[in-house]
Amino acid sequence: MTAGGAPAGPPAGPPAGPPADAVVIEGLRKVFHSGLVAVDHLDLTIHRGEVFGLLGPNGSGKTTTIRMLCGLLTPTAGHASVVGHDVAREPEFIRTKIGYMSQRYGLYDDLTVYENLRFYATVYGLHGRARVERLDKHMEAIGLTSRRDQLAGTLSGGWKQRLALACATAHEPEMLFLDEPTAGVDPAARRAFWTSIYQLAQGGTTILVTTHYMDEAERCQRLAFLSRGHLIGLGTVKEILEHFHQPTIEDVFIELQERDEGAAA
Amino acid sequence: MSLITRLRESRFWPMLWKEFIQMRRDRLTLGLLTGLPAIQLILFGYAIQTDVRHLKTVVLDESRTAESRALVSVMINTGNFDLVGAVADRTALRNAIESGAASAALVIPPDYERNIKRGRTAEAQIIVDAADPQSSGSAISGAQLAALARGATIIAEHYRAPPPIDMRVRPWYNPEQRSAVFIVPGVIGILLTITMTLITSTAIVRERERGTLEQLIVTPIGKPSLMLGKLVPFMLVGFVQMTVVLVLGKLIFRIPTIGSFALLYVLTVPFIVASLGVGLLISTIARNQVQAMQVSFFFMLPNILLSGYIFPRVAMPVPAQWIGLLLPLTYYLTILRGILLKGIGIEQLWRPTLALTAFAALIFAISVRRFSKTIE
Repeated sequence: MTAGGAPAGPPAGPPAGPPADAVVIEGLRKVFHSGLVAVDHLDLTIHRGEVFGLLGPNGSGKTTTIRMLCGLLTPTAGHASVVGHDVAREPEFIRTKIGYMSQRYGLYDDLTVYENLRFYATVYGLHGRARVERLDKHMEAIGLTSRRDQLAGTLSGGWKQRLALACATAHEPEMLFLDEPTAGVDPAARRAFWTSIYQLAQGGTTILVTTHYMDEAERCQRLAFLSRGHLIGLGTVKEILEHFHQPTIEDVFIELQERDEGAAA
Repeated sequence: MSLITRLRESRFWPMLWKEFIQMRRDRLTLGLLTGLPAIQLILFGYAIQTDVRHLKTVVLDESRTAESRALVSVMINTGNFDLVGAVADRTALRNAIESGAASAALVIPPDYERNIKRGRTAEAQIIVDAADPQSSGSAISGAQLAALARGATIIAEHYRAPPPIDMRVRPWYNPEQRSAVFIVPGVIGILLTITMTLITSTAIVRERERGTLEQLIVTPIGKPSLMLGKLVPFMLVGFVQMTVVLVLGKLIFRIPTIGSFALLYVLTVPFIVASLGVGLLISTIARNQVQAMQVSFFFMLPNILLSGYIFPRVAMPVPAQWIGLLLPLTYYLTILRGILLKGIGIEQLWRPTLALTAFAALIFAISVRRFSKTIE
């Protein structure tokens, strides 16, 4: 599968900054109360400024991993650090440095576009003049200035997605987690979304994204494949294709999914 | 950072701001919050009349004398019986009661006056439709009192001597013995329970359902700011509702308000905190809004039945009284009625206040612990 006529390619190299990795995961494990092992002995490192794709079939542990990194879930075992801080020990500090956007968007349908943005900006600690300037900049950037006073609930999927991204990045986070951010939006909106992602990456933001769209996967600098909580493939698109002897990422994905179903049966 | 800056930049404020905007735009909740006091007040204030008076009464007067007519008028004057007609015989009497035309009948036999004149005991009968014991109880006791009073009058006239005992009943705090005086203060308690448990728990569960709670949790908003921002608006709504009931109760039902309002509002705080704790607890148990509503209703039922809101707790079997002791509303009703109707102060109310405060601390602590900043 091709990149779907995407205009932008992955940004070149990580920008200058502290030479630390943005995410370091060591032996991470999550067992739910039901006994389900969602993530098992996961080791993974994400470099600063990278656009990193997390792939895998439904139930492979992508969302659980992201939720542990964001402090939404507590790891059962293992360690994970985000922007140099431990997720179990300093979740509140990490929260000031990260942005998170899930496929549910987390917008308030009964607040207007501007009110949503303002709310999240304030919760992230922006006040006074700085807040006004930042909000204006973001409203301009997402092209929602004319819809400023429209209720978020009445926006189309693509606009909601843009607003959600603006809310998640109002505080200009070092690290951005995107959990299936483009599920259910049209191709034009997806393309526009990825343009924004690359802009953020060029500005130095590290991005971890999960997706089901293979053209999106091919836009990531590095990919990790998860299956039933395990890491089963890691590398650049080229490396992955060579490793699995498949022509496209989609073929790799389908092969993994079949293998997964075979193992589960 | 100075304390003022920290206070001004607290993440509690955007939460509060957002909550008020949402409340303003949610027509249904807004309608519930503002309409509920009026509806509850009228429903319970007017509809609940535990003192049944003015029973429709027919008279079978076979004596047809001055004495029998005097007895009829004594009975009517108690206010418990409304004369709706006279019947000629027992069959007509039975028909009147069976058809529902009357729920009481006064039967005076032919020899009624003769027996009085001869110094013998004169008999008369009150027949009451007692299928519903609550509605017949006060009629029965009223009839007995009226007969005693009439007897005393007759003896006094006959022997030209003062009655040996003159018992005067003085119903304190509610001299007219109106149910509304008892019920309306309780409406405040019921209303606050509904707002703090049902409305609050569904509001929190709604955030979880829509995915905004998850989004909030990944922001640096602290647990206290998150919870206070969510709860304080409802607290304020609670005080507004209480004020509305007090004003309307005073205007429409003329309920006495002799105690200290300041004390009433202060002692309402622990009750609100306890009820918010219950609401918060429900929100941590319920998976969706429907469940939150069901659990809230399940909690409401014992509150309405066992707290002493409508039915007197002393009349309940002992286990039911124990359950009542586990409800914050039971203590709050004592405080409400004590301050409003009796005008008593903290010296007499320290026991329920202490119990309520203990409850508030306990329930709130438990629910705050359960309400964690993770989504498990």
